[in-house]
Amino acid sequence: MATDTLNPTPLNPRAWLHPTPRGLYCVPGDFYIDPAVAVPRAVITHGHGDHARPGHRHALATPETLAIMRARFQDMADTQQQALGYGESVRIGDVEVSLVPAGHILGSAQVVLEYRGQRIVVSGDFKRRPDPTCPPFEPVPCDVFITEATFALPVFHHPSDSSEIGKLLRSLQTFPERTHLVGVYALGKCQRVIKLLRAAGYDKRIWLHGGLASLCTLYQRHGIDFGDIALVSDAVLETFKGAIVLCPPSAMADRWSRRFFDPIPAMASGWMSVRARARQRGAELPLIISDHADWSELTQTLKDVGAPKVWVTHGREEALVHYARSIGIEAEALHLTGRDEEDES
Amino acid sequence: MQAFAELLDSLSFQPARNAKLRLIETYLRETPDPDRGWALAALTGNLNFAAAKPALLRSFGEDKIGPELFHLSYDYVGDLAETLALIWETDPNAGPPPGLGEVVETLQRATKMQTPPILKRWLDALDATGRWALLKLLTGALRVGVSARLAKQAVANIGNQPVADVEEVWHGLSPPYRPLFDWLLSDGPKPSSNMGGAFLSPMLANPIERTELDALDPAHFRAEWKWDGIRVQVASTGGVKRLYSRAGEDVSSAFPDIIEAIDFDGVLDGELLVRREEAVAPFNDLQQRLNRKTVTPKMLKEHPAHVRLYDALWLDGADLRALSFDERRARLEAWMAAKPRPRFDVSPLVTFADWAHLAQLREGMRQDGIEGLMLKRGDSPYLAGRPKGPWFKWKRDPMLADCVMMYAQRGHGKRSSFYSDYTFGCWREGTGGQRELAPVGKAYFGFTDEELRWLDKWVRDHTTNRFGPVREVEPSLVIEVAFDGVARSTRHKSGVSLRFPRINRIRTDKPAAEADTVDNLLRLVP
Repeated sequence: MATDTLNPTPLNPRAWLHPTPRGLYCVPGDFYIDPAVAVPRAVITHGHGDHARPGHRHALATPETLAIMRARFQDMADTQQQALGYGESVRIGDVEVSLVPAGHILGSAQVVLEYRGQRIVVSGDFKRRPDPTCPPFEPVPCDVFITEATFALPVFHHPSDSSEIGKLLRSLQTFPERTHLVGVYALGKCQRVIKLLRAAGYDKRIWLHGGLASLCTLYQRHGIDFGDIALVSDAVLETFKGAIVLCPPSAMADRWSRRFFDPIPAMASGWMSVRARARQRGAELPLIISDHADWSELTQTLKDVGAPKVWVTHGREEALVHYARSIGIEAEALHLTGRDEEDES
Repeated sequence: MQAFAELLDSLSFQPARNAKLRLIETYLRETPDPDRGWALAALTGNLNFAAAKPALLRSFGEDKIGPELFHLSYDYVGDLAETLALIWETDPNAGPPPGLGEVVETLQRATKMQTPPILKRWLDALDATGRWALLKLLTGALRVGVSARLAKQAVANIGNQPVADVEEVWHGLSPPYRPLFDWLLSDGPKPSSNMGGAFLSPMLANPIERTELDALDPAHFRAEWKWDGIRVQVASTGGVKRLYSRAGEDVSSAFPDIIEAIDFDGVLDGELLVRREEAVAPFNDLQQRLNRKTVTPKMLKEHPAHVRLYDALWLDGADLRALSFDERRARLEAWMAAKPRPRFDVSPLVTFADWAHLAQLREGMRQDGIEGLMLKRGDSPYLAGRPKGPWFKWKRDPMLADCVMMYAQRGHGKRSSFYSDYTFGCWREGTGGQRELAPVGKAYFGFTDEELRWLDKWVRDHTTNRFGPVREVEPSLVIEVAFDGVARSTRHKSGVSLRFPRINRIRTDKPAAEADTVDNLLRLVP
């Protein structure tokens, strides 16, 4: 009651943060979050191509995300870069901005925005299970929570990482002479799969497609130890019999893969839990390893952050909106441009 | 159940035959009885439950997460059993997951009313792959690309025995096949094959070409027509009458007319045909009767089955397999002459002077229902399997058509980086009056490795559209397709289906506009 007297018209969050054709726009800070095109001022949640784009005049992100962007984009020198570590905050215009771990990939962050006593969390992409390459997601209580919905259907319950890595190692036992060719996204999935293999006790050399080299080096520079890794292109007389070779998914169907001995195409992705999707990708050994929250993680997160309002973006918004409403949350779909569901999931 | 589930899961993604064998062998070696026996029964199609109807699965799903979320999920996944397996969450308090043996034995005893609560308890205890396998088993459709024959081959491999020996004892055994595993893995005695109606592994022939014949002495060989039906074995021993495919699958229930006509004791080798009056009907007519659990009286009347006999393995209690072909043949003819039987006749021998004469006869034979010639050494005993030397098949030259490549898809395994599966079409008049291509078939072999590399590059250079793994190509490449027959088909958009199509030649010399028309193909329909 007292609040009503002080503030007769409650602040509508949509009035200060809303989607535009260029991306999610914060009015009182005059910046975009993960814009689809080059803008004067951008705040970037993480380094995947559908979130981080080149050409902004000014970009704010974690130091790791900025390093990833410099590794991926040629002309980052033209962008004024502002690094903000986890837990630090900065004022942009009338908005207090801070970054909090999202647990998605190295450097990934949720953007916490505070304006006139209202807090909105833009979570970007996130997952809740442990990842040896980045700090875990931290739930931040807020008034509005913006969540991704990549795997927002009750059919997605990602099994444990160790059971999926176990599948790969068992296949190596059954087919000890065949090359196990594992399709991984270059940023995040690749490095996580290497770390998971090491955690499972696999200590042999892991071979990499050349396209994965620069980001692995970047992770190593950030203190992540991969053990014995080497590039396929450096091996002259190697037969790759019984070896694990990681490559971008596109390379599996490429002529590049013809050098391997009777390869088993494996694919590490959250989409692999649905058989038709796995077949469509040509996977003979589907590994359900995802850097996105599954259905239980998404629904648990809505409870953890306790936001009365939830905006759902990119993916299967309908199911998550339905669920959120069923537990009394005011939920709606937020349509953002430029999100690519298939890549880097 | 969990290990069986992982086996089915791996099999469903693994296209290569040898890899499938390796997976099944590993499972059979590592899994104790009786689970492995039930698994073998499931893979060979000898386990049939109709314990879970789609409506039951749907109601389970709707109760679990509500109808809206269930429908969104089903809509996304597209397969009911898989959807339910994925949305159901494992309950850590549900106790250990059931073994395959427990599942089978429980379901065999449970009443219809008892099944749903039991099923729910199992779904709680299993993981997603386990639930998927359980539901596939219960709805009676494994669809993991394993034939009964392949499963038997895997069984034979684990005991280092020829598959023929497994096939011989197979029909005297029943799930979970303990005596079989005892024999193969623990020095147990070989199970008896003296059971009534046992299948005896057939003798198969190797293909031969005209040029190879000159190295052989025609006087040593007998020739007979190779009828265009399916090779079968009529087994009537110990009072049990059965009809088997050449892979040992029991097809008796689809051919009651043959079974009823068996009034003798013996094991005979022949060709199953549909025969009207004296004429052999096209293969397509026989196909109408295959893969049916029950046959209607109308079907029996309009598509009467007949067995044309080639050989006798047993007759009147005597094993003839060690005798020469000439002696077996003489006995078979005498036996038939003594009492003609309406649904059986003996395939006549083709007399010839030399190979040139036989080649002439083969050329002259344009009758439908004949696939070519069989050549058998007169002194050959009946040996299981495909021995090199005694028997040859000399097939009729295939039919050919010039078709236009329309789509290409990548292959599997060694070919996974090659566009090696081609859909091709022929011309017809479209609805608007202009000429259009209608797909008439799909082929993925017949070319050399070098041609494959060339085709792969051509596909990559001429792609006009992509649909997931499929590429649409510019309709400009003519491929000469060889095939063994044409039939009208309601399942194909073009209205025709080709039998056993393969790529014969790449016709870069021919403009696409001059490729064959659908009407040309229809003229070849018998």
